[in-house]
Amino acid sequence: MNILCVIRQVPDGEAKLRINNSKVDLDGVTVIMDGMDEYGVEQALRLREAGASVEQIIVLAVGPARNEDAIRTALAMGADRAIHVETGEYLDPISLSKIVAQVAQEENASLIFSGGQQSDWDSQALGAATAERLSWPQVTWTNALELSGETLKGKHDIDEGAETFEVELPAVITTQQGLNDPRYPTLPNIMKAKKKELRKDTLEKYGVQARLRHVSSTIQVRERAGKLIDGKDPQAAAAQLLELLRNEAKVIS
Amino acid sequence: MILLVADHNNGKPTKAALELVQAARDLGREGPITALVLGQNLAPVANELAKYVEQVLVADLPQLASYNPELWAAAVTQIAQEGEAHTVLISASRSGREYSARVAVKLDAPLLEDVIRVQDQGGALQGTKYAYLARVTEIYESSAPLTVVSVKPGAYNPAQPESTAGEQYDVELELPTSRTRSTGKVIEKTTRVPLTEADIVITGGRGLGSPEKFSSLIEGLADNLGAGVGATRAVVDAGWRPYGEQVGQTGKTVAPKAYIAIGVSGAVQHLSGMGKSKYIVAVNKDPEAPIFKNADYGIVGDLHQVIPALIDATQK
Repeated sequence: MNILCVIRQVPDGEAKLRINNSKVDLDGVTVIMDGMDEYGVEQALRLREAGASVEQIIVLAVGPARNEDAIRTALAMGADRAIHVETGEYLDPISLSKIVAQVAQEENASLIFSGGQQSDWDSQALGAATAERLSWPQVTWTNALELSGETLKGKHDIDEGAETFEVELPAVITTQQGLNDPRYPTLPNIMKAKKKELRKDTLEKYGVQARLRHVSSTIQVRERAGKLIDGKDPQAAAAQLLELLRNEAKVIS
Repeated sequence: MILLVADHNNGKPTKAALELVQAARDLGREGPITALVLGQNLAPVANELAKYVEQVLVADLPQLASYNPELWAAAVTQIAQEGEAHTVLISASRSGREYSARVAVKLDAPLLEDVIRVQDQGGALQGTKYAYLARVTEIYESSAPLTVVSVKPGAYNPAQPESTAGEQYDVELELPTSRTRSTGKVIEKTTRVPLTEADIVITGGRGLGSPEKFSSLIEGLADNLGAGVGATRAVVDAGWRPYGEQVGQTGKTVAPKAYIAIGVSGAVQHLSGMGKSKYIVAVNKDPEAPIFKNADYGIVGDLHQVIPALIDATQK
């Protein structure tokens, strides 16, 4: 079987963000493969290593030219080849799922991995929307997964707690922290990754347009009072904090 | 019509369901506000919802006894189509964010996801949401004739009942067979005030050192302050606390009046789940911990001395 891993390139969590022309401007910002997607790439490799008959692990990224860095990282981890739909246009997750579904069909994939929540959009829609387009089941927020034959078994988070599940392939799985510990690419693998196939596609090929219009982005910096108390005298520090919470913040009585 | 899917628990609409009613009222779009309720033995919840909305559609079926994304998406889509809805509102719980994406695809509609505000701007719908781990606020617009919107729990105040009772109708649905089997559930139970509803949340991190210290210090202080208890991802991964207490990108999002982070370093993934709290308080021995940059008040000191002192002082 073929596994499709959808990845996004996002700003590093610690990167300072700025707004230019009402949009987040990522020029000069450190960008990385979204950590949530990394779990998916790692899980695909682990399924193969555990003996599943995985023919190819294919990476898909949709975004600007610089996405190539994240794609090369996934290839250096061990994915076999990649497809990059190069575009600078904003695509909402529901529209993007159309591309993912088309690629999954063309590549004869029977398992798709995608991150539980993209850390640029703060969206959880891509996995479920892709599953719906393909008429496949999906399991979101997976934190344990194994494959026996055509059956995936695992555990995932739900509203009220956690749930164990069984689902037959084909399926879409969204991943999260706790599922595995993604490997670091080694230097020899980074060199090898440079020779792996990276196919470039255009957005036109997929006939997809954004269904939402981006209106504005604003950085919400809430000014925090930043009053620090020295805790060397714990009783005095406790009393001072409670005084602030009672009389300044008025959050306790 | 505006169709909203009303979540319920123990025969009552949830707080999030009443927040959706308020979002629908504020939106002020034409047509009746219609609540769809899915599940089994729904008479009590339907009667209660009728105090809030003009129409209640009741899908009382054994297949709907517990949440399933494929069934929920099919049910909501059928009702939205039959009722010619122009707006579908779904609560942005973990499950809501999942099946709302399927509904959007089925209806060939755009999705405004996890919004904190939704407004009609001359016929178009504008949704405001957080992005980039809640560091940025973005506005997106849909000009489609039908838009699916998921609304962040806690973003709206719960609606108040109206003087006239809404009409109730039973609906028939054609549901698919789900291809995912649940083989067991672990339901988180707490006797405390629920995390997302608490005015004060006290969260402990790995700095506490052990699950025993977590219980005695975090729960001890929470008892005195009537607070909800939260935990960081690291604490939950270590098995000290249940998943239901986790705050952050992969857990719950909270915005209480006061958020007290104890032994928490303050990774961005954690900040994205609590950064919108009114007041943030941190106790940490490392003055360089990132949490202090986001705190209104902080104590730089050993939590094993400071928290017992706080517990003492709040008992008096």
